[in-house]
Amino acid sequence: MAIRFGTEEWVKAACVELNKSQAYKDAAKNWEGDMYFIIEPEGGLKETIIAYFDLWHGECRVASIFADESAKTPAYRFWAPLSVWRSILEKKLDSVQAMMTGKLNLKGDMAQIMKMPRAAVELVECTSRVDTEFPW
Amino acid sequence: MWFFITPEVVYGQDAVSRLGQLKGKSAFIVTDANVVKLGFVDKVKEQLSKAGIGSTVFDEVEPDPSLETVKKGSSEMTKSGPDLIVALGGGSVLDAAKAMWVEYAGPGMKAEEINPFTTGMGLQNKARLVCIPTTSGTGAEATWGIVLTDQAEQRKMSVGSRETMPDIAIVDPQFATEMPPGLTAQTGMDALTHSVEGFTSSWKNDISDGLCIKAIQLVFQYLPRAYKNGQDMEAREKMANAACIAGMGFINSMCAMAHAAGHSLGAVFHTPHGRAVGLFLPYTIEFIGDVREELWAEIAYSIKLEVPKGKKAGPILAEAIRGLARSIKEPLSIKETGIPADSFNNSIEKLVDNAFADFQLVTTARVPSTEETQKFLRYAYEGKSIDF
Repeated sequence: MAIRFGTEEWVKAACVELNKSQAYKDAAKNWEGDMYFIIEPEGGLKETIIAYFDLWHGECRVASIFADESAKTPAYRFWAPLSVWRSILEKKLDSVQAMMTGKLNLKGDMAQIMKMPRAAVELVECTSRVDTEFPW
Repeated sequence: MWFFITPEVVYGQDAVSRLGQLKGKSAFIVTDANVVKLGFVDKVKEQLSKAGIGSTVFDEVEPDPSLETVKKGSSEMTKSGPDLIVALGGGSVLDAAKAMWVEYAGPGMKAEEINPFTTGMGLQNKARLVCIPTTSGTGAEATWGIVLTDQAEQRKMSVGSRETMPDIAIVDPQFATEMPPGLTAQTGMDALTHSVEGFTSSWKNDISDGLCIKAIQLVFQYLPRAYKNGQDMEAREKMANAACIAGMGFINSMCAMAHAAGHSLGAVFHTPHGRAVGLFLPYTIEFIGDVREELWAEIAYSIKLEVPKGKKAGPILAEAIRGLARSIKEPLSIKETGIPADSFNNSIEKLVDNAFADFQLVTTARVPSTEETQKFLRYAYEGKSIDF
């Protein structure tokens, strides 16, 4: 059954997919850093959704939804309107191209991201496997 | 939404005279000692002086330029304060100049921090960059990519952003005539690899496609001639154009596994870039295989390569590329480059790690696992066609 995007259940399901993936484990084996995925309101979505993932050496240790950005001080922040996140998850938009064209914004240590570009792609690959519902 | 960006391209015989038409106060020429010795720097200075532009020369760029060289060059650049930077040399020189440009003109930027997501550097506010290649392969005059070597980590770093695209590319075949046959061969294989990978990467696009196909045709037709006779000016000009066209093509669609593996091999064993990526190209075609069969067939058709009914184009194209490499005495396996088996085996994990850290692995049409990457490298070492 499809899980509603941006809910506690959805981030936990994404975390399970990450931990099941050998490709992600390989690509992110040196990755250290937690992150916020910030989904900005658009259309029927009226409030910002803040999804938190603690990713460490190819493992998803924690995934949760927070009401306030001040709950954590993650190493990385990615933010974009809902439609951009949806296009990425539905593989209509390449995540790296989205960053290069300024549709998906990010803040954090770029050098680390550039050392492990494959990790970012596998992360999207895994989260795309969650059967997702976009009710807005 | 996607971008297609290129510099102003001035090409053909005497294209260097474009320098004499530029406006500026002072130029900083980035080059290497060999290019100075060949008298090419004098030709550039002569043109600049026609435009009333004085120049300072930095000739310390080494093959596979290091972060240290970039720092030294940018420091000299800052002392000189140019409004025009002229890079004259092979891919290493052009890449080093782009990185120096950023450190000079981008406030507080370090070369190793330049990434595809960097915007707003405003480089042109301080200086424009003119790139003049003396080899025909990297296409660096028409790309924003920068390959630097982190000597401490034994790793090649692919950095750069759209804003590190040169303002002007001057593609004058006279500067390619002094390339010895070996360098002609290596750099030509680089241009071929750019165009084949640019045409088949996961970011391929309508605008890059035509450029890549044209470059493939030019390389197959003219590289053997340029290799045999360095004074064949038609072949030199066509190869110079091919390299630039391939550069414009692939930088807007990216490369693939041959580049990820080639960068890795080069960083550990100092295999020349063009030789390394060219060596891996047929193996990459075999590995990607059916995922791009339709495109291998398009390439085969464009170079009049016969694909018998019922046969696949990928393996036939891979063999044709091996045939081309053989005809210009380029190695077909890692072993043939002279790397001993024990050195290779001792470095295999590093080679796999490097390849995985390379941006080009993001855009390869079939993504390998770590096991597949290791197997791929071992097959390429022995010269075995990929069968997995």
